[in-house]
Amino acid sequence: MSASTQRPAPLAPLSIRTQGETGYMASAFTPKAFSVALALFTCVLLAGEAWAQLRSGGERPGILATLWKWTPLVLLGPPREFGGFALNVAVSFLAMAIGTLGGVILGLAQISIFAPVRKTAWGLTQFFRNAPWLVLLFFVMLLTPYSVRIAGVTIPLPAWLKATVGLSLPIMANIAEIVRGAVNSIPTAQWESAESLAFTRQQTLWRIILPQCVKRMIPPWMNWYAILTMATPLVSIVGVNDAMTLTQDALAAEQLTELLMPMYGLLLLFFFVYCYPIARWTIYLERKYAVRI
Amino acid sequence: MTPSAGWTPDQPIVALNDVHKSFGAVEVLKGVTFDVRKGEVICIIGPSGSGKSTLLRCINALVPINSGSIRVEGQEVHDPALDKLELRKKVGMVFQSYNLFPHKTALENMMMAPMLVLKRPKDEVEAQARRLIKKVRLEGKEAAYPGELSGGQQQRVAIARALAMNPDIMLFDEVTAALDPETVKEVLVTIRELAEEGMTCMLVTHEMNFAREIADHIYFTDRGVIVEHGPPATFFASATDPRTREFLSQIL
Repeated sequence: MSASTQRPAPLAPLSIRTQGETGYMASAFTPKAFSVALALFTCVLLAGEAWAQLRSGGERPGILATLWKWTPLVLLGPPREFGGFALNVAVSFLAMAIGTLGGVILGLAQISIFAPVRKTAWGLTQFFRNAPWLVLLFFVMLLTPYSVRIAGVTIPLPAWLKATVGLSLPIMANIAEIVRGAVNSIPTAQWESAESLAFTRQQTLWRIILPQCVKRMIPPWMNWYAILTMATPLVSIVGVNDAMTLTQDALAAEQLTELLMPMYGLLLLFFFVYCYPIARWTIYLERKYAVRI
Repeated sequence: MTPSAGWTPDQPIVALNDVHKSFGAVEVLKGVTFDVRKGEVICIIGPSGSGKSTLLRCINALVPINSGSIRVEGQEVHDPALDKLELRKKVGMVFQSYNLFPHKTALENMMMAPMLVLKRPKDEVEAQARRLIKKVRLEGKEAAYPGELSGGQQQRVAIARALAMNPDIMLFDEVTAALDPETVKEVLVTIRELAEEGMTCMLVTHEMNFAREIADHIYFTDRGVIVEHGPPATFFASATDPRTREFLSQIL
């Protein structure tokens, strides 16, 4: 076999193409994935619509009209109340913020030179990483009181806040692993050269090691944000007016079995439209930073 | 580091006495003794795994020793009470793999330690860094990141970075071993200039011709001990130990 007849590596054209992409927007909103999702959703809708019209003989409002009626509630919650998909997003932001703060502290504690700190942090991380999210959620709900009194002031602890804390615990543990992994991925030679320049351990960590970790941590961090967002409907089980609870309320009010698929389909679509660009952006950043390392 | 009371510049600036070091069950240094005087350039040569790099790393306390004594300007390096940071301010080190900080420019690499560790004012540090970058012939590369520089250029930045701390002693750990032949020369030229200016230098190297040319004294190590040593002229011409002779016959 002569060398000239050999084909180039099959992946070569792909890698050339991806290098040509300039912004994440170009890759994030590939029309293909969105059309597939929308086509699926439309199929479910049309099938439901046809069936409903057939059964009711055209006397009741169509499925589309019904979905449209409930969309503001599912997206934004009841009038003058905060809820719906907006609450899911708010819970995801807050849980991510708490989880990131806790995770960075826990991750750094895992690389402490002080053994009791290191071992405690390791134990906490393993515990929260390997616990089912729903069980953690119930645990936090039951463990915390309805309100706390600090210096004579009673501060209520609403259910959504407790649920947010519950969700932030597994995030914290997973972020801790990202931090620990990123620090360990920096060559020890970097520590050595900083030490030889008389940097203290703290200076080395904060000025030399962690700045090099940030880029590596962003893609997995974003990945966990998307996972967290998709897990926020869990809070519906503990009585929070999120998009999932309100979808169920709407279905209960309509009492129509043919609405089940379209309503849950709409909810799925909300999450997809929100999470898919994050996933694409994560992939883009992973590629971008993989080249530089 | 303030030299310990009683140390004067006419005494050895680095003094090793019966230094032993083990990594687990493997003893890499089995009683090493030698002195380096101020302004002297010494080269340590020997086969891989003979403990040369470990020896250098013990001198600035990157690696603790098991027994024996290392004194730098009269200070016992492995005294638990010693401030390691004070020691390292006086001992600069350059590594085989450069180890520049990849997220900082060449100039920032040089300025970080003097500003953060020595707390010197930024203007003064920057002026010195710009002088040093000229000295290592890298004018115009001030704003370049390490990833944008060749191996030889990175290594010269690493030398300048160590010099920015105004050390009394420079340790060079096989600094040309990772470079391609054309760039080795530019790094050696920089080291030679330093040596000529009177910097105390300790080099671990495989560049025999360079060692012959630059060193005041050459030490040959094998399996954790100094087998033979002497000024280059006698060392290369009339090595007596069979291990040294074998090593030199392979290298030269």
